[in-house]
Amino acid sequence: MSGLLQLKGVDLDFGPVRALSGVNLRIAAGERVALIGSNGSGKSTLLRVLHGLLPPTRGALLRDGTVRQAMLFQRPWMLRTSALNNVALGLWIAGSKWPQARGAALQALAEVELADVALRNARSLSGGQQQRLALARAWSLKPDLLFLDEPTSSLDPHAKREVEALMAKFASDGMTLVFASHNLGQVKRLATRVVYLERGRVLADLPVHDFFNGPQLRETSLEADLFVKGEMA
Amino acid sequence: MNTFSDSASTALQLIAGADPMLLSIVARSLAVSSVACLIACGAGVLLGAWLGIARFAGRGAVLTVLNTLLALPSVVVGLVVYLLLSRSGPLGSLGWLFSFKAMVLAQAILVLPVVTALTRQVVEDVDSANGEQLRSLGAGAFLRSVLLAWDERYALLTVVIASFGRAISEVGAVMIVGGNIDGFTRVMTTAIALETSKGDLPLALALGIVLLAVVLGLNVLIALIRRWRLERSDQPLLVQAAG
Repeated sequence: MSGLLQLKGVDLDFGPVRALSGVNLRIAAGERVALIGSNGSGKSTLLRVLHGLLPPTRGALLRDGTVRQAMLFQRPWMLRTSALNNVALGLWIAGSKWPQARGAALQALAEVELADVALRNARSLSGGQQQRLALARAWSLKPDLLFLDEPTSSLDPHAKREVEALMAKFASDGMTLVFASHNLGQVKRLATRVVYLERGRVLADLPVHDFFNGPQLRETSLEADLFVKGEMA
Repeated sequence: MNTFSDSASTALQLIAGADPMLLSIVARSLAVSSVACLIACGAGVLLGAWLGIARFAGRGAVLTVLNTLLALPSVVVGLVVYLLLSRSGPLGSLGWLFSFKAMVLAQAILVLPVVTALTRQVVEDVDSANGEQLRSLGAGAFLRSVLLAWDERYALLTVVIASFGRAISEVGAVMIVGGNIDGFTRVMTTAIALETSKGDLPLALALGIVLLAVVLGLNVLIALIRRWRLERSDQPLLVQAAG
């Protein structure tokens, strides 16, 4: 295979419901891929399949054996302990010794400007701080590939900007990003490539400029046309 | 001494005067139930947390049996433990029958399903909601069950206290396997049953008041833990994190 990750003819069924249908996708190093589509289109499910949390019903997920990956969730969940311990836990699970994990965790917290709240209970942090904490936890694992499931959808504008800035920074450091988003402005700012999903099918997979400026999608789907115009989310 | 008020008055005098027999029975009751709960909670929390995460063939049947055991009558536990520990039983060689250990064993068996079932429910709920995020970090089933049980420690503390309440207030099992021997295996509930049948209502009532006070104390403790838990979620964790 070429690239970090590849899906070949992937279907995913939840009982009688087909959540993904015939998905073919290749993620290359250095890309910033945005998954967009209306609610229920399969964005989050596709991210979970890509990260290996959901096995495909049919088809194959091919992964470069050396690729390290991490995932950030829409509503990050933290253990009832300090921010520092939450980050260190990820490293400890990945195989680091606890003292080294705590040292690296402190560095990761500094990276997202949360070093001053390292000893605070993670659950007492604001939504934006918790999302940055989750980014620190993901970043500390030094992933080649980071999946983000609507990372800013529950945040206020200020926190959104902070998280977006971190995503841009990680990307500029060479990390490959695959993120689901409803925010077309964010997609334009961060993505190099857009994958549009509708009812579990990939209807478009285009460079970001072509997606927003080309006529292809509008001719394919009225729903897609409305989505891109921002009349549907 | 036939009226309720006379009995109550004498009972309160026994409590206020720290009657040695009363104190000895109360101390024995607390000791038996504490040790039984310690054993049952040690095993039950681990087993329940694992059952909350693990998926295997026959899990549904195991959970049905477990939930059925929540209503396990204490006399049935007493009978089974009696049969196990009786001279001709498989554990008869231990010589535990009519001893402190026998009562601990019976109460531990009685409480184990309660701790296991409630822990299973707590851990399964939190795993359904958030376990995926631990899986995404690479945590396997065992580690997830331990981490989630630890994370829900305040909820599980309530389970522990509730199970202690169940243990200390039961009478059937300890009566059968302990024998209610004066100064040796007599605990609050068996003493209440005996003294009532003998007509010594003040001592029975005094023990009843202490038993109620213990249960009341446990409920107050649960309420305080809940309040502390809510307040604590907003507090910095300087001590733990610095360790």
